[in-house]
Amino acid sequence: MAIHEKHLIRPENLATHDNLVIDGVDVSGDWSTFIRTRAVSDYNEDLQVEIAALPGGEYIHRCWQCGSCTNACTVNELNPDFNPRYWIYLIRMGYESELLRDKDIIWQCVSCNKCTSACPRDVVPEGVMKATAHWLELKGHTATSPSTDFDEIFASQVFHKGKIEDGSILTGFMKRSGQPLIQDWLIEMIKGMLRDLPIRFLFNMGWATLFHPKTKNWGKARAAIEEYVAERDEAHRIALKLDKSVDLHGHHN
Amino acid sequence: MTNKNYETVAYYPGCALEGSGQPYNRSTKEVGKALGLKLEEVKNWNCCGAMEVKNIDPEIQTYLSSRVMSIAAHEMGHKAVMAPCNGCYHNLKKAEYDLSHKENSRAVTKRLSEKAGHQTYEAGQIETIHALDWIKDTIGEDGLKARVKNNLKGLKVANYYGCMYTRPRNIFPEKDQGPGSESTSNPHFMDDLLAASGADNVDFALKTACCGGAHTLSDSDTSTRLVSNILQAAEEAGAEVIATECPTCHSGLEMHQIRAEKKFGTKSNVKIVYFTQLIGLALGLSGRKVGIHENISNSTTLLRSKGFK
Ligand code: SF4
Ligand code: SF4
Repeated sequence: MAIHEKHLIRPENLATHDNLVIDGVDVSGDWSTFIRTRAVSDYNEDLQVEIAALPGGEYIHRCWQCGSCTNACTVNELNPDFNPRYWIYLIRMGYESELLRDKDIIWQCVSCNKCTSACPRDVVPEGVMKATAHWLELKGHTATSPSTDFDEIFASQVFHKGKIEDGSILTGFMKRSGQPLIQDWLIEMIKGMLRDLPIRFLFNMGWATLFHPKTKNWGKARAAIEEYVAERDEAHRIALKLDKSVDLHGHHN
Repeated sequence: MTNKNYETVAYYPGCALEGSGQPYNRSTKEVGKALGLKLEEVKNWNCCGAMEVKNIDPEIQTYLSSRVMSIAAHEMGHKAVMAPCNGCYHNLKKAEYDLSHKENSRAVTKRLSEKAGHQTYEAGQIETIHALDWIKDTIGEDGLKARVKNNLKGLKVANYYGCMYTRPRNIFPEKDQGPGSESTSNPHFMDDLLAASGADNVDFALKTACCGGAHTLSDSDTSTRLVSNILQAAEEAGAEVIATECPTCHSGLEMHQIRAEKKFGTKSNVKIVYFTQLIGLALGLSGRKVGIHENISNSTTLLRSKGFK
C-alpha cells in the first residue's frame, strides 16, 4: 500500500505574482510562483521528554522513521492526515506548532496495534498516540477527548469495584460526553433485542438495578491502586510542569 | 492430532461475558459440557483492565491481569487459564510478557499484590489460552469431526478474528512457530474448527482487520466505517454468517451493522454469530441452548432454513 505522506509545502506558503520583474528580467507567467522561506524557530526542546513521561510514550526515542506504522495504520486508511510516523518525527524534532495542526485527530487512534506489530524498533506507536493525545489534553491544547472520557469512566469503575458493568459504562459515557442516551440507532438496536428478551436487555444494560457486579473484598486492592495512581499523577505533573489547577483525569475547556 | 491437554482449566469469562457477551458465555459453557471439558471459574475474579485501564496506566492493567492469574494458579492450583474474550486473553498474555521482560512491571505488581493481600503472580506460573486453543488442542479437528451430529454443511462462514488475538506479535511467543501453530498474519484456528464441523469457510481477507472496538461509543462514525468494510468484504466473499471469537468485536459488528444502515444507508444481510454457537449447533445442541436468540443479529431464520433448530 502506498503511503500518502503529507506535503510540507502548503498553499498559504506559495506566493504567486501576476507581474514580476527580477533583476530587470520579466519572469511573469510560468516563473511567477515562489515558495516562501519557512524557518522554524519555536522548537519545544522538551516535547519528546514530556511525551515519553506519559504512559505509552516511553519508547519514542527508538524510532528510525521507517514509516511501517503509517503504512499499516487502520485510521490512516480512512484519513491520510492521520500519520503516526510524521507525528513521531515532529515530536522528536520539537516541532510543537506543526504537531498542533493535527491536534484534533490524534486521539482517533483505534488501538488496533497494527503499527506496534509492524514496527521494527519496538517503539509501540500505539502507545505514543495515546501519550500524545493525553499530552495535548493536559497542556490544554484540546478539550478532553471522548476517548479519554471513556477511559476515565471505565477505569474509575474498575478501580472502585474490581469489575465493570457494560450498561452503566454506556449511560455514564453518554452523560459525561453530553450525548443524549436515546440515539436513533440505539433505539433500532434495542428493538432488535426486544424481539426475544426484554427482561435480559434491561438487565444487561444496567437500567434494572437488580445486580451490580463487583469483586468481593476489593477494598485493599482499590486503596493500593489509588495510592499508586496518585503517585503517578504527581510524577506526570512534575514532568509536564503542570500547576495544581490542572485536573489530570479529564477537564473540559 | 492433539498436542496439549486442557481437559480441566480455570475459566475466566471476564466482564463482557457477564453483560453484552452473555451468549458467548452460555455457548462456551455448553460446548465445554458437550465435549466433556471442565471449566472451573476463577474465584472472585476482577476485570483485566480491558482496553481502557492501560491508557491511565499500563502497570495497573498488568496488575489487574496478574491478580486473575494469581488466583487461578495459587488459590486454585491450575496450570492453564482459558479466556474466551480477546481483550482478556490479550491482557493476560500482555501481563505475562511484561512480567517476564520488565523490571518495573514486576515491581509494581509485587507492590500492589502485597498491599491487596494476595500472592504475587510471577511469569511462568500459569499458561493463558484462548477458547480456540482450548478446543483445538484438547479435542482437535479429528476429535471434533467424530463428535459432530449436525454438520454445518452448506453454511458459508467468514471467520473474523479482530486485533487483540494476534497483535502485537511479541506477546504471543507460541504463535508463528510453524506447522500446527497459530499464525498472527493469517490466523486459522477458528477456520480449522469450523471446517471440522462441516462449515464452508469463505476466503475472507479482513480476518484481522480492526472493528474500531476501542471507539465504539467515543468515535462511532469511525467504528461504523470500519465495521461496514468488514461486513461488505464478508458479503462479497459470499458469507452468510460471520463467526466471531470476541465479545467486543461481536457486539461491535452487531451494533454498527444497525448504525451503518440507520446513519449511512449501507445495508448488509450477513449474520453475526459466535464460533462456539456454531460448534454447539454442530454438536447437536439447540439454538436456544447456545443462545442464538440472545444475539442482536437475528440469525434464527437463516439457521432454521439450514435445518438447525
Ligand atoms: S514503524 Fe516504528 S520505527 Fe518505523 S516510523 Fe513507525 S514508530 Fe518509527
Ligand atoms: S494502533 Fe492507532 S496508530 Fe497504530 S495502526 Fe492502529 S490506529 Fe494506527
